[in-house]
Amino acid sequence: MSTSANSQNRRNFLKTTALGGGGLLLGFNWLTGCTGKASQPGSVDLGPELPESWHDINAYLKIGNNGTVTIYTPNPEFGQGVMTAMPMILAEELDVDWKDVISEQAPFNAEKFGFQFTGGSRGIMSRWAGLRQAGATARQMLIAAAAQEWEVPAEEITTKAGRLYHAGSDRAMGYGDVATVAAELPMPEEAPLKDLKDFSIIGKSKKNVQGREIVTGKPLFGIDYHKEGMLTAMIVHPPSFGQRLERIRNLDEVKAMPGIKDVFAIKTYKDGQEKGGFDTNAFPELVAVVGDATWRVMKAKKALLVDWQEQEAFEESINGFRGKTSRKVPAGLENSAEHSKRMEEMAAQPAREVRKDGNPELAFRTADRVLERSYSAPFLAHNCMEPMNAFAHVEGDQVWIAGPLQAPGLIEPTIAARMDLPVENIDIEMTRMGGGFGRRAYSHYMLEAALISKEVAAPVKLIYSREDDMTNGIYRPTYQATYRAAIDANGELTALHVKAGGIPESPLFANRFPAGSIDNYLAEEWSIDSNITIGAFRAPRSNFMAGAEQAFLDELAEELGKDPIDFRLELLQKAKDKPVGERNDYDPERYAGVLKLVRDKSGWGQGDEGISRGVSAYFCHNSYAAHVLDLTVENGKPVVQKVTCAIDCGVVVNPDAAANMAEGGIVDGVGNAFFGEMTFTDGKPDKQNFDSYRMIRMSEAPKVIDVHFVASEVDPTGLGEPPFPPVFGAVANAIYRATGERRYKQPFMGKPLKG
Amino acid sequence: MATINLTVNGKSRSVDVDADTPLLWVLRDQLQLVGTKYGCGIGSCGACTVHVDGLAMRSCQLRVEQIGEQKVTTIEGLSEHGDHPVQRAWLAHDVPQCGYCQAGQIMSASSLLENTPHPSDVEIDAAMNGNICRCGTYTRIKAAIKSVNAVG
Ligand code: FES
Ligand code: FES
Repeated sequence: MSTSANSQNRRNFLKTTALGGGGLLLGFNWLTGCTGKASQPGSVDLGPELPESWHDINAYLKIGNNGTVTIYTPNPEFGQGVMTAMPMILAEELDVDWKDVISEQAPFNAEKFGFQFTGGSRGIMSRWAGLRQAGATARQMLIAAAAQEWEVPAEEITTKAGRLYHAGSDRAMGYGDVATVAAELPMPEEAPLKDLKDFSIIGKSKKNVQGREIVTGKPLFGIDYHKEGMLTAMIVHPPSFGQRLERIRNLDEVKAMPGIKDVFAIKTYKDGQEKGGFDTNAFPELVAVVGDATWRVMKAKKALLVDWQEQEAFEESINGFRGKTSRKVPAGLENSAEHSKRMEEMAAQPAREVRKDGNPELAFRTADRVLERSYSAPFLAHNCMEPMNAFAHVEGDQVWIAGPLQAPGLIEPTIAARMDLPVENIDIEMTRMGGGFGRRAYSHYMLEAALISKEVAAPVKLIYSREDDMTNGIYRPTYQATYRAAIDANGELTALHVKAGGIPESPLFANRFPAGSIDNYLAEEWSIDSNITIGAFRAPRSNFMAGAEQAFLDELAEELGKDPIDFRLELLQKAKDKPVGERNDYDPERYAGVLKLVRDKSGWGQGDEGISRGVSAYFCHNSYAAHVLDLTVENGKPVVQKVTCAIDCGVVVNPDAAANMAEGGIVDGVGNAFFGEMTFTDGKPDKQNFDSYRMIRMSEAPKVIDVHFVASEVDPTGLGEPPFPPVFGAVANAIYRATGERRYKQPFMGKPLKG
Repeated sequence: MATINLTVNGKSRSVDVDADTPLLWVLRDQLQLVGTKYGCGIGSCGACTVHVDGLAMRSCQLRVEQIGEQKVTTIEGLSEHGDHPVQRAWLAHDVPQCGYCQAGQIMSASSLLENTPHPSDVEIDAAMNGNICRCGTYTRIKAAIKSVNAVG
C-alpha cells in the first residue's frame, strides 16, 4: 500500500474545501447539480436499497445505516461518463461493493468541490488524487470507528467490499453499522492508498449509472426541466453576424397572439461591462418572446417583424484565463469567399515567428527540393443534440437557474454583475447535458433566461430552436496551414516550416511534434479579426492542426520513400535521443508507443495489400492517440471499413465507457472530416438546421472501430478530446491511398471521390 | 384552441391546445412526457421519434389534430418496466453517451425489429439513418440492434 500524509486539519479541508481539482485551473469553481436523483449502478433492475439514515463522512460521500453509499460526482456530466467513473475511483479506495453505490451529481458548491468543470479533458485527471484520498480517508474513519466499537487496535482491522473484519476475534460488520460513529471521528493522519494491482473496481468496466434512466426517457436534461407555473421563452437574434437590433415593428400584434404573455428586448451585458473569458456572445441584444406553450411561442417568433441594423466596430475588454485582454470586433457583413481570399493573402506573407530552431532559412536556400502543401478547414457548429436552454426563476433578489452547462462557475459572476446582485444570491443547478463539445462552456443562455424571468416575474424555460442554436456563433474557427519541408541531395529531411493562421485565431502549437525532431524548424502564425464568434470545440486548434500535420507527414514520408509509420518513429527516436530545443511538450516514447500499438493491432504492412489505409497520430490534452483507418470508395462515396485505434491516457478507469468515448471521437472526426462545414453569406450562416448542415449518419459511420489502450500505471490523463484530432489525418491519408488524389481542403466530401 | 383526444401509452388523454400543434410539443408541454426529444423540428434528426399505431414517426412532423384514433407510444410507454428487448440490448451494450438522442434511436430500432426481426446492415442503415447521434454511438447502436433477436 502506498500512503499519503494527511494532517489533522485535512479533515476540515475535506469537509469544507475542494478536494482535487480545486486549485487546478485558476481557482474557479464549478458546479454540477442534478436534482439529487439517485442513479443505480450495479443491477439493472434494482438499485441499492435506501437506508433509514444517512451519515456524511466527507463532502464526497455519505453512508447509510444499511451500508449503501452515495458518492457525489463533482463535475458536470455531458456524456463523457464522469457520473460513473468518478464514483468508481472513490469506491475503489473506500473498498466498497460497487453494487452498494449510488452515484449523484454534486450540487454546485465551489467551497466543497472546487472547480466543477467539464472541458479540456481534465475531469478524471484533475479529480484522480482527490477522489482516491476522499475514499481512503473515509475508509480509515470507518476502521477507526470499528476499532472503538470492538476495542481492538485499528491496525488489526481489514476491509473488504464494504465490510470490516477483525481476524483475531473473528468479528465482522458492515460499514453501515459504524457510519454514525465514523461520521463524528476526526480525520486520520494517514490515508493509505491501494496499490494499482489491488484495484478491483478501477479498470473493470461498469455500466453507465444513468443508462436505465436514459433508455426509459426519464427527465434528466435541462430541456426537460419543469416547474409549476413555468412559462416558455424563446429568443430572436440578428440573422447576420455584424448586426444588432434596431426595432420591433409589430410588437402589439405579436403580443396579442394566443398564449403570448410578453414580447420585449433584452440586453445581456451592460454597456462597457467587462466580460469573462467565456462570455463570448455575438448577439447581446435580443428579442424575447414569452408564452404558455412552446409551439405558440414558435409561431409568435415567426410572426415577429424586426429591423436590424449594422453593428459598428468596437473593442471589448475581457478578463479571462490569460488575464485582461481586449478584442477588436470589426464591423461589416462577412462572406466565406472573402474569408478564403484573405486567408490566402495572409498565408503568402511572413507572419509572427513563434519558434525557431537552427537555421531554417539556410536549409531551405540550400535544399535540393522543397515540398510545400497548404491545408484549410471551415468554421464548424457544435450542434449538440440538446439545443441550448435554461430554466430561470428570479424572485426579488434571488436567482434560481437550472440547465445544461459545462462551467457554472464561469457564468455565475457574469449573471451577478449584470443583475447587480452578489454571487451568493445566484443558485445554479446543473442538469445532465445533451452533449457539450465545448459549446456549453459559454452559457450566455443562462443569463438570458434570468433576464427574461425577471422581466415577466415568473419562472421561465428558455429554449433555443435548432436554428437559433446553429446560427448563434461560438463556432470552431476556420483555419489554414502551410507546411514546407527542405530535403537535401541525399534525400534527407533538413528543415520544416509551418505557418498557420485562422479567423479569428491561429491554430498553431509551435512546440508539439514534429518540433524537437528536426534540426532546422520555423513556426509562424497569423490571424484575421472577425465579428463571427468562436469558442472551444472538442480539442480546440488541435482538431485542425493534427489533420494538416499528419497529412503533410504522410506526403513527406512518401516523398522520402519511407513507410509513414517508420518515418514518424524515426523522427520520434530523434526527439528522444537528441531533442532539438527545450520546450517540446510531448513524450516521444509514449508517442511512439501508440504508433507501435496501432501498427501491431491493425496488422499494418502484414498482408494489407488491397486495403487503402491511412495512419495518423497526435498528442493533445496530455494523452496520445493513433489511428489506422481503412477506406474503400463506392460510387464516389467513402466507406470507412474499419478504424483501429491506440490510446495512451494512463490508467483507464472504466475501460468499456472509455472505448465508447473513443469510438464517439472517431465517428465525430470522420463526420467532420467528410462533411462538417459552416459558411456565411453577408454575415448570415448559410446552414440553419440539419437539412443543410451535414451530420454523419449511421450508414456513414465506420463499420468497425477497434480501440486499444496502452497498459499503463501512469495517473490518468485526458480522453474526451485526444482521439478526435488525429482522425482528420487518417481520413485524408486513407482517401489518398484509395483514390491516388490528396485532399487538402475540408470538408473532404465537398466533391465526390474518384473511383 | 381545440380539445383533442388522444391515446398515449394505452391511456386516453384530453388536451386543450392549438390544433396545429405538433404532437411533439403536446407530449412535452401538455402531457409532461419529456422522454420524446426536440432536436430539429423539421424531421431531420429523429430525436422526436414515437410509434403511431406501431410505426416509427417523427412527432415534430405530426399535427396533433391528425392523430385521431391512432395509438401513440412514447419511450415512457415502450415497456412497463423499462425492459423491452431493445432497451435491454441498449444497456447491455452500454450504448448511450450523452443520451439525448437515444429515446428516438430506441423507438426507431424497436419499430424496425417489429417488422424485420433479423435486419441486415443495409436494412439497419436505412431504418436508422434519420436518427442523428451527435456523440457518435452508431457502432454500438448497430451492435445492440443485431443482438436483439440473435440466436444463441
Ligand atoms: S425533432 Fe423531429 S426529427 Fe428532429
Ligand atoms: S448519445 Fe449523445 S446524441 Fe446520441
